[in-house]
Amino acid sequence: MSAPSSGGASRDGYGSALLKLASDQRVVVLEADLGKSTKSCLFRAENPERTISMGIAEQNMMLVSAGMASSGKIPFASTFAIFTERAFEQVRNGIARPGLVVHICGSHGGIHTGTDGSSAQSIEDLAIYRTIPNMTVLHPCDDLSTEELTLQLLNHDRPSYTRTARNKVPRVYTQNNVKEIKIGKGSIVKEGNDVAIIACGVMVNEAKIAAEKLSEEGINASVIDMHTIKPLDGELIGKLAKECGCIVTVEDHSVIGGLGGGVSEYLARNIPTPLEMVGVEDRFGESGDTSELMSHLNIDFNAIISAAKAAIKRK
Amino acid sequence: MTRVQRGANISISEVQLMEIARKCRIDIVEMVHKAGAGHPGGSLSAIDLIVGLYETEFRFDPANPNWDDRDRFVMSKGHASPAVYSMLHHLGVITQSDIDSFRTLGSICQGHVDMKWTDGVDFSAGSLGMGLSFGLGCAIAARMDSSERNIWVMIGDGETQEGQIWEAAMATSFHNVGNLNVIIDRNRIQNDDFMEVQMEIGDIGAKFQSFGWKVIEIDGHNMTEIVEAIKQANNDQTQAYAIVAHTIKGKGVSFMENNPAFHGKAPTDEELVLALEELS
Repeated sequence: MSAPSSGGASRDGYGSALLKLASDQRVVVLEADLGKSTKSCLFRAENPERTISMGIAEQNMMLVSAGMASSGKIPFASTFAIFTERAFEQVRNGIARPGLVVHICGSHGGIHTGTDGSSAQSIEDLAIYRTIPNMTVLHPCDDLSTEELTLQLLNHDRPSYTRTARNKVPRVYTQNNVKEIKIGKGSIVKEGNDVAIIACGVMVNEAKIAAEKLSEEGINASVIDMHTIKPLDGELIGKLAKECGCIVTVEDHSVIGGLGGGVSEYLARNIPTPLEMVGVEDRFGESGDTSELMSHLNIDFNAIISAAKAAIKRK
Repeated sequence: MTRVQRGANISISEVQLMEIARKCRIDIVEMVHKAGAGHPGGSLSAIDLIVGLYETEFRFDPANPNWDDRDRFVMSKGHASPAVYSMLHHLGVITQSDIDSFRTLGSICQGHVDMKWTDGVDFSAGSLGMGLSFGLGCAIAARMDSSERNIWVMIGDGETQEGQIWEAAMATSFHNVGNLNVIIDRNRIQNDDFMEVQMEIGDIGAKFQSFGWKVIEIDGHNMTEIVEAIKQANNDQTQAYAIVAHTIKGKGVSFMENNPAFHGKAPTDEELVLALEELS
């Protein structure tokens, strides 16, 4: 996809946040030979004494982080989203189970990462981390919100997983309104009462485009940036279900177990509401240009428009 | 007794250490018997090493087991939890009723050692291969804080089949970490059978050495050798030590010794009687 004239990728926001967090001496950064990609390299450049290169060894990185957290440090460990999954059991047993506050960042999440192909396209990370007790799961939509949410992790009392994306997307937030977002609270990007489009990550921008096109057809959609996948903002979901009467979830992730899974679990248990999911159906990705892939896998704004109409029909 | 000064208890005799280990062995077989489950073999092979460490060089205050600047003991082979609990019991950190509740609902003595449940436990184990990495994290943090705390990790020999052990071994050397030491309980038996049947690792010491560690090979049931090795590793902060302790699984109970069946099996009522006779 073509880069917008302003804004950055969410991974850039992660990098800039780490730099701001460096003033707290407890903060340490761990890398697995992908610091240039995840943007932890920015922290390394200024704070080499608090940056630990773990080599291409993600399992070791997770437990070294855990050990540091048990010794009073606040570790931020990053690699590609897909390679954090290699150390899933380490995260589960070594970090989350003892409740050690380690913040993991998986960059290059989703099929948005493009031409590298399916081995690099993590489409299950949100689902698997969401199943771990006490784990906070974030997937911000632009660089500004990623920076803000990462800064908030400094005072977060439990381990977290943040998925960032490689590619630049137009900013959803401004320097001013981004300060209003909070971990655990979905952000209303656009108000509307015909259908609620709940999106995360790079798909928030697609949802905005879809909502604009829907409004041209007289359909008034609300757009939510659900940057926190866990704990999920059930209060907001319930409110949207009541006000709009139908919901569409949108994610660059499998339709199984991620944002759509979380929202459907909430609705089924609390307020049964027609729901359509836009996401990668039960298949792997493949190499391709990002916009081609989004169209090919039915997760672009056209897919959101179709899903919104289908949801409205089911009301 | 306070052990906040390193080596405060170094004058303890070999006979006294063996006596503590004997009592710990009784705790081990009793708690596994009472629970009807657990891992006596690897607890009995490890206990002399644990006693030798805690009773000599380890900086630890039983009255304040969560003291920030304590040395750390990372029991990576967490199934041998009875060995750790028996040591903490001897030190007065946990009680007889804690021991008696091993593996029962709500007990602080979880099946595998768990830092979230038990004061004096520094790691949540149960999944093999993770403890050395955790210890490395503790060691790097201690160095950053200019703390004199030393980190001790115990792993099993079967555990070295996990690739993560070698990731940690490589990283320890690369980062020039000297306040981390590992004790390898070389009892040659793993869950299903002897290692030579399952997956023999070969010369563990040579492998650690090739990763840049200083290696000491000892008889893991000889207190003189145990204490000397621990002292040597503790006094040298320039590099990490791997103490390869050659042990006998089930050591101290004849029918458990070198018997793969007692890796993860509780003794029967009759077997308990026999075991206690031998340990008394």
